[in-house]
Amino acid sequence: MKKSITAGILSAIVWGAGQFYNRQYLKGIMFLIIQFIVFLNYQYFYNGLWGLITLGETPTRIEGGIAIHGDNSIILMVKGIICLLVLVIVLVLYVLNIRDAIKTGELRNKGEKLPSTIESFKQLWDKSFAYIMLIPAALFVLFLVVLPLIFGFCVAFTNYSAPDHLPPAKLVDWVGFENFKNIFRLPMWNQTFLGVLTWTVIWAVVSTTTCFFGGLLVAVLINSKRVKFKKFWRTIYILPWAMPGMISLLIFRNLFNGQFGPINRLLREYGLIQQNIPWLSDPTLAKVTIILVNLWLGFPYFMALMTSVMTSIDKELYEAARIDGANASDEFWKITLPLVLYSTAPLLIMSFAHNFNNFNVIYFLTEGNPINPAYKFAGHTDILITWIYKMTLNNKQFNMASVMSILIFLLIGSISAWNFLRTKSFKEEDMI
Amino acid sequence: MSNAAYTSRQIIIETNRRSATSIPKGIDVLITVLIYALLILIAILVIIPLIWIIGSSFNPSSSLLSATAIPKNPTLMHYKRLFTETKFLQWYWNTLKIAIANMILSVVLTTMTGYIFSRFKFRGKKIALLSILVLQMFPSFMGMIAIYMLLWQLQLLDNHLGLILVYAAGQIPYNTWLVKGYMASIPKSFDEAAKLDGASNMTIFTKIILPLMKPIITFVALTQFMAPWMDFIFPRLILSSNSKKTLAIGLFDLIAGNTNNNFTMFAAGAVLVAVPITILYVALQRYLLEGLIAGANK
Repeated sequence: MKKSITAGILSAIVWGAGQFYNRQYLKGIMFLIIQFIVFLNYQYFYNGLWGLITLGETPTRIEGGIAIHGDNSIILMVKGIICLLVLVIVLVLYVLNIRDAIKTGELRNKGEKLPSTIESFKQLWDKSFAYIMLIPAALFVLFLVVLPLIFGFCVAFTNYSAPDHLPPAKLVDWVGFENFKNIFRLPMWNQTFLGVLTWTVIWAVVSTTTCFFGGLLVAVLINSKRVKFKKFWRTIYILPWAMPGMISLLIFRNLFNGQFGPINRLLREYGLIQQNIPWLSDPTLAKVTIILVNLWLGFPYFMALMTSVMTSIDKELYEAARIDGANASDEFWKITLPLVLYSTAPLLIMSFAHNFNNFNVIYFLTEGNPINPAYKFAGHTDILITWIYKMTLNNKQFNMASVMSILIFLLIGSISAWNFLRTKSFKEEDMI
Repeated sequence: MSNAAYTSRQIIIETNRRSATSIPKGIDVLITVLIYALLILIAILVIIPLIWIIGSSFNPSSSLLSATAIPKNPTLMHYKRLFTETKFLQWYWNTLKIAIANMILSVVLTTMTGYIFSRFKFRGKKIALLSILVLQMFPSFMGMIAIYMLLWQLQLLDNHLGLILVYAAGQIPYNTWLVKGYMASIPKSFDEAAKLDGASNMTIFTKIILPLMKPIITFVALTQFMAPWMDFIFPRLILSSNSKKTLAIGLFDLIAGNTNNNFTMFAAGAVLVAVPITILYVALQRYLLEGLIAGANK
């Protein structure tokens, strides 16, 4: 039998055995030690997987006034997923161990001189420079991004919710697609979902377009030849973008306060209104106010981008156009506008996705209020993301919140993926 | 011949110029006036809320009802109250600390990943790139409960380190793509030449690539420094004790339940937070815009 195959089989049976067979003892011992560690901890893997599959079997009981702690389903689930991730890493190491044995075996087949362990580590460093540099970031992403997302995904298929399935007192169980069915089956959920989704889409479209065209208008005004002190105007208009958004929003929440706010007070003083205008507490008016405030917050971003695009347009372009007989309005419609739109259009889609999940504007202005009695856990101005937030933190409806997150992901994910697949960096990437 | 072409060209320019200025002078002036009127109107709308909040912070009374933009008896009382009655200074320090730590950690992590993904070919690269692309599309809320449980198990709840780790990890997917996109504009011939001279990967990275990445690093550093000043969701989830709060939660709690009574104190806090951040933003807007446009055309 060829040496490479023998070494591979040996390593597949006992980690590092192939390396011993190849007389690379130090490396062999290292793999062997890893295997020992894994096998010594078999209990950990067993418990982890058991927890993930069953989500615990003994609920907390109260005997004689003393609580006897049972299984905490959610901790079991988190630990189970961690265990699964560790298992994947172990599997990768196992495959590496076999591959290494085969590769060295092949060298021996050809009768070439074998690198010592030290040498092979140096080779490894050069060859796997990319992997080694990525390890820290990969660990971060694995445990703080991927793990929570897998968990969130799993929760959508459980009954983890108040009041009957809330650990540590009660157990949580897998329920399959029950939650997804409920959204479409139970009228209360159904109605809330459709209502909130409709407003979310309207909000995302209107807020993005108002800011985009508001920004465009101001940029065009500033850029006009008639305007002097361009930098001065720009600096003023950029202020809302430079201010911390949360603070601006809290300021507006007070400005528009129906009872004590200065806007109503001024209007009353001048006799323009007799009664307070419910800026943020009337369902329709609140939506209008939110969009106007968002315009204040959002137009500077586009204005800033567009003016910087406009100033970077080659002056010769205009010269050439003028020679060909273009007048000022031609210059604007046929040169400036297309170039500005071309370089800001991708941001339009990103901005749409951002507004779709714009938690801050809604939460800090109205907290989703006024309350809508026909909705489950949501108010009139709640968008999907604030509804999810409330369901999670206030109402502990974790399962339904996860279902909504998945639906949002499918929606926003497909839009951004479509947007992204058209971008330069994806097309030009010569991926292996 | 060329002379004739030149003169005909001149004539066209001249006629165009005349047609451009052929608008009657009255209308021309009117348009200019209208543009300026519009500019001034927008400027007023932009500035009024800012003046109002600054004015309010000097109001003697503490309620929203009597807060006016131009106070009759201006006072610094609320600034004093802010430092004595709340833990404002502590929140400020917490936020600054988290912002700086997050900035450093994020820059280190993403310049490395961006460099690797743009310059190296390796097995699994496509899968890795696609998966971080998908990851950045999930709403961050989805992982909230798990992050809470994980930090609880690691005993990092109500701990700034926990928050910093969450921030630094969360930015990796998006910023990796951003940095990688920027790196594509740096010619590969630079690093190839250095490689021929026998420079190691590490030397190439630190001596050649890093200096060229300055604009995009500034962008990542700036946005990551800013994030903790405005983020609400994660500090709310992770930090619970009053002395550990960041400014975002501290200020929100100041007026969330008690709008009418703490309003001027909130105004003072808002001014103290907004002024430095705004100045920083305006001063560094060039880098921000460059980064944003790079992100759009990546």
